[in-house]
Amino acid sequence: MTRFIQILKKPVTGTLIAILFGFIVAGFILSFAGYNPFAAFHALLTGIIGRPKYLANIVVKSTPLILTGVSVAFAYKMGLFNIGAEGQYIVGALAANLVGISIHLPAILQLPLVLLAGIAAGALYGAFSGWLKARFKIHEVISGIMLNWIALYFSNWIINLDAFHKPNTSGAYPIDQAGWTTFFPNWKSTAEAGQFMTDHPYIGDILRTDFNAGFIFAIALAILMAYVLYRTTKGYQLRAVGDNKDAAEFAGIDVKKNMIQAMLISGALAGLAGALNIAGNAPHAVMQLAAFEGNGLNGLSVAFIADGSPIGCIFSGFLFGGLLYAGQSIQYMIGAPSEIINILIGTIVFLVALKDIVIVIADRLEAREVLKRKEQARAAKGGAASC
Amino acid sequence: MKRAKCIAAGLLSLCLAIGGSGCAMNEKDDDTYQAIMVTDTGGINDQSFNQSSWEGLKNFRDSTGSTIRYLESKQASDFTTNLDRATDTYPDIVWGIGFSLADSLLQVAAMNPDINFAIIDQSFEETPQNVTGVVFKAEESSFLVGYIAGLSTKTDKVGYVGAMKTFVNDQFEYGFLAGVAYAAAELGKDIEVQEQFTESYSDVAKAKGIANKMFANGCDIVFHSAGGAGFGVIESAKENNKMAIGVDTDQSYLAPDNVLTSGLKNVDVAVESISKMDMDGEEIGGKTFSYGLKENGVGIPEVNKNMDPAVYDKAMKIQEMIINGELVAPSTEETYNEFIANLNGTK
Repeated sequence: MTRFIQILKKPVTGTLIAILFGFIVAGFILSFAGYNPFAAFHALLTGIIGRPKYLANIVVKSTPLILTGVSVAFAYKMGLFNIGAEGQYIVGALAANLVGISIHLPAILQLPLVLLAGIAAGALYGAFSGWLKARFKIHEVISGIMLNWIALYFSNWIINLDAFHKPNTSGAYPIDQAGWTTFFPNWKSTAEAGQFMTDHPYIGDILRTDFNAGFIFAIALAILMAYVLYRTTKGYQLRAVGDNKDAAEFAGIDVKKNMIQAMLISGALAGLAGALNIAGNAPHAVMQLAAFEGNGLNGLSVAFIADGSPIGCIFSGFLFGGLLYAGQSIQYMIGAPSEIINILIGTIVFLVALKDIVIVIADRLEAREVLKRKEQARAAKGGAASC
Repeated sequence: MKRAKCIAAGLLSLCLAIGGSGCAMNEKDDDTYQAIMVTDTGGINDQSFNQSSWEGLKNFRDSTGSTIRYLESKQASDFTTNLDRATDTYPDIVWGIGFSLADSLLQVAAMNPDINFAIIDQSFEETPQNVTGVVFKAEESSFLVGYIAGLSTKTDKVGYVGAMKTFVNDQFEYGFLAGVAYAAAELGKDIEVQEQFTESYSDVAKAKGIANKMFANGCDIVFHSAGGAGFGVIESAKENNKMAIGVDTDQSYLAPDNVLTSGLKNVDVAVESISKMDMDGEEIGGKTFSYGLKENGVGIPEVNKNMDPAVYDKAMKIQEMIINGELVAPSTEETYNEFIANLNGTK
């Protein structure tokens, strides 16, 4: 029993229970709608691990989510709610696209420049939001939402300029192949590669997708950010401001400067997510957007499922990407609407927010256990005395 | 420790079980004809060509008992992934809906030479052997609705809301302009056409704003070719109590009193008939099929309760002329300019 209580008290348990309940709620909704929930979850699982390429696609889909998740989590440790990650993602992708079209260098220079352009654009955009907060006390949620829309329409305007717009498409020109992070892009379309893919079904399956090196950046940065937050002076300052701004200021920490820096780093991560999407995924260009694609906004959910931990974002990012990608399989295989996945995700995020209940339950159980033990002890003593 | 081992073993066997059944997906289950479509970012319920294509496939399933499925693309980066995903169950034909999917479709078709691919609104300069292009002469239906708008307007001002400058949109735009000009020449007056673009197929609010402005500027009829965004035009017509002309499907159900007619683009007819041809073993690869008034690929609805029957009869005469080839509706800026020059010459 005590072991059980210990497990309950671990923060990850609450998250796992929330995920489980999310599935149960989704299952009920599916059966209400007249679909067999077990068939649906089977389709979901097959959509995740049915073929090597599904896993590869999930990794591709999760890459930006992990990065925007880390971006949000990082700012959150500082007490900032970076809802502007979406806009930072958009400007990052746009800057990467424009640089990728405009310069033609060998891969060793082209790729870093493309990524740096995205990082710089996202960082400046994020820092602007942070500066507005530090200088004019404009709440970062308000400025973030506004800046998201500005980024969206700015991006639409830029890619419709004659210099960048690819005729007869709804997007910009793709970037130079030297800026791609896709593995063996040239070789893939040759006949030799076709033969190789048929001979090696498993590797071939993965090669057919947009599988790219982006996820390495995502995981490395999640680890790096965890290091910065918990092992450096800067990270300590940021967390101190997040815990208690006034106390931090009293202790001599420059709150305003840290605020801008936190948003700068947060924006850089979201911008990199956008740049990696351009470098890694076909069509390697920004497309006309009518609404937000949600890479930044989903980052909020990723960060909260991970409870604000950068390392946790790796796992919740994969969970999120997996659900988004494999959610289509539910629709594809059994015909249930793919919106069910959004309900599932919504339920999980909602329950994760409530997961402190698990700790309350654990405390109750512990109290009862202690009481029981005391009574037992008393009974034993009483029994001994009566003897 | 022992328990942990048990759990690990359990998980492993579960993975194997599911992985095993997953492998079964690689084999084609039976000989049923399988058609799959991949939408563009408009989604399956766009009240426009994605939905219409799905209707076509549903009709196809009902008449032939085939298996049909669809995959929705949420972002442009989903196109290749979804088309590739569609090939997993070894379908007989994979439909890409919309020209945005063209590059991805070519890429996936090259990797799957034994599966047929077809794409709406796209013709290629060199069509691969397993790819079929399907294009519509939308200029013909647009010409008809332009002509109808020209005959019906009372303020001598009509509006046109386009999506974005592409060759597909040009068909609508110049067809419509030519139709209005033809009506104006027939009536011997000038009709002004106000034009604006939404730059999007899904921005309803923007389309509505544009239409509101056009109605305020004195237009009494507005035609749109902005896909799902065009909703806004119809909503605006309803609120201003003016007329809108729908596109792709008969959109009169959206605002029964405020839709004059609709420029139909029967994507469903094309999807159904081409799937049928493929099923019957006809060679459809490497070609582009063109659907016009003649093939019932485009047109206007038969019932238009807000239209003067005399106008409808006149429009039917024009339809005859286009089908016979006496009248050629322009589809590009160049042919439009020629058309106008000829029109002015005959006047």
